[in-house]
Amino acid sequence: MIGLARRRPARNEALERGIVSAAERRDRRTRLTLRVVQAATLIFLLVVGLGPILWMLKASVTPTQDTLRAPMALWPHGIDLGQLATAWSRTHIDRYLVNTVIIAIGSWAAQLVIATTAGYALSVLRPRLAGLVTGLVIATLFVPPIVLLVPLYLTIVDVPLVHARLIDNYWAIWLPAGASAVNVLLIKRFFDNLPREIFEAARVDGAGPFRLFWSIVLPMSRPILGVVSVFAVIATWKDYLWPLLVIRNPNLQPLSVRLPTLQPTTDLGVFIAALTLSSVFPIVLFLIFQRLFLRGAGLGGAIKG
Amino acid sequence: MSSMAESVPLAQRARSRRARLHLTRDGLGTFVFLVPLLAVFGLFAWFPILRAVVMSVQETNLVSPPTFVGLDNFARVLADPQLEIAVRNTLWFTFLALVFGYPVPIVLAVVMSEVRKGRGLFSALAYLPVVVPPVVSVLLWRFFYDASTHGVFNSLLGTVGLGPLPWLQDPGTAMPSIVLESTWANAGATVIIYLAALVAVPPELYDAADVDGASIWQKIRHVTLPQLRGVLLVTLILQLIATAQVFTEPLLFTSGGPNNATLTLLLLIYRYAFQNSLGGEYGMAAALSLMLAAFLAVFTAIYYRLTRGWSTSS
Repeated sequence: MIGLARRRPARNEALERGIVSAAERRDRRTRLTLRVVQAATLIFLLVVGLGPILWMLKASVTPTQDTLRAPMALWPHGIDLGQLATAWSRTHIDRYLVNTVIIAIGSWAAQLVIATTAGYALSVLRPRLAGLVTGLVIATLFVPPIVLLVPLYLTIVDVPLVHARLIDNYWAIWLPAGASAVNVLLIKRFFDNLPREIFEAARVDGAGPFRLFWSIVLPMSRPILGVVSVFAVIATWKDYLWPLLVIRNPNLQPLSVRLPTLQPTTDLGVFIAALTLSSVFPIVLFLIFQRLFLRGAGLGGAIKG
Repeated sequence: MSSMAESVPLAQRARSRRARLHLTRDGLGTFVFLVPLLAVFGLFAWFPILRAVVMSVQETNLVSPPTFVGLDNFARVLADPQLEIAVRNTLWFTFLALVFGYPVPIVLAVVMSEVRKGRGLFSALAYLPVVVPPVVSVLLWRFFYDASTHGVFNSLLGTVGLGPLPWLQDPGTAMPSIVLESTWANAGATVIIYLAALVAVPPELYDAADVDGASIWQKIRHVTLPQLRGVLLVTLILQLIATAQVFTEPLLFTSGGPNNATLTLLLLIYRYAFQNSLGGEYGMAAALSLMLAAFLAVFTAIYYRLTRGWSTSS
């Protein structure tokens, strides 16, 4: 996507044309057809795309009996906000949500620390074996995650060299999250494009490698750090299989792992309220950072495997 | 990404100067910055990858020391009657995911690219299901798929005189149901990729088509779609790679049932390793994941070949 964006840097959407020409847009029948097609698409997106989410919101404040008897009816016997409160306190969504947040913050920090230090070393400091290390990082992109599942699990059970057992320890999620080749390469490529003149000027002024990293390279990298951060947090929030394997203690498990186990013993209305509560954060994050997502999704799709 | 775009000429100048930049080359400072990468990738990426290869030729459980068994694990996986079921189901999932999920984002993106006012609203709506955590979507849809006449989908079908369908409870409809949810959850990401590609179609091509008197439909057919060919191939490969590794959905919807109708390859690997009453068959799990990886490596290689131009151009 980066290459595509570069081809036409100063695109102005109002002036640029697409498939339909300005002349065709002036034609009444074409305009009408266009409107109808677009309206139909919008309705499709609202019903099919947003519909299930809206239903979830509705059912989380609808008494269970109403949801079971008439799932599509709008509040035949009123609204029950109590379900959200019950889900929050009595089924301990609050605790699991805190666990998820702790896991997400740790994974985010691990990914940023490793990707920025690695990107800086490989792109700016460039030691003699930088090429080899970069190659080894790229090589991991070709290995599907499933290959890592079992050996990584056994590594967590008994970490080599230090012989620690990381089961039920959040480091078991944070550290492997840091081993993200996509992040390292994305940040390295961004650093590759920073102007070297500034680094040299800083060096002449007596800045060492740490000073250069902290006061010059990092502040210049805010846009890419934003993209990496948002995707890091969302990916951790979505993760299910890995935390399921390495966090066994229910009190430490994140929401995603707890929800399937809660379902059989939880009242349906309360359970759907719990589903809503666990979706609120990523949805709000998306609505705030929409631009980052909608641009970065193309970026991620072009690079991720 | 605009700052990336602007920094390109600077980068070209920078490259010529890089040779002259000698910052504590190979000194302690450099090493300190490389340590996090080497430690974390070493322990949690490179070592486990090598270990997977070693494990595939070993009999490993956590109790007794591992023993070398040659290609036994591969032979046992290939002789497992469940493997054929898992391969067939995974191919079926991949096929259905293409039928349901491949054309829809193309159509949506082409229509959306022509929206002049409020395109942001369209994209946000299309992408919203992608940010809902997969566990939430699956558990929500599992309720939608309730097979009784009061189920959400069955009551909707009932209003137009159809159904009720057994959805997840019948071996025939279970897999299509899973694919339907998975399409809902993932299509938005593809739409966004297509939108970015559509923006990059040179307007001169459309101008030329207009001069030739092409209709809107002809322009889509002869300009837009050929221009999207590269990105369409890339998303096709991405989808093949992703669907070959489908896991969370069949695990949470049906645990592979009914009657193994939704047992996929990843679910089988998971069963070998973690749902085995006789103790983890880690060797078999490693063997099967390596076979799958070798198969997927072909697609991955094609993918990186295709996208190399994009990734290295900036």
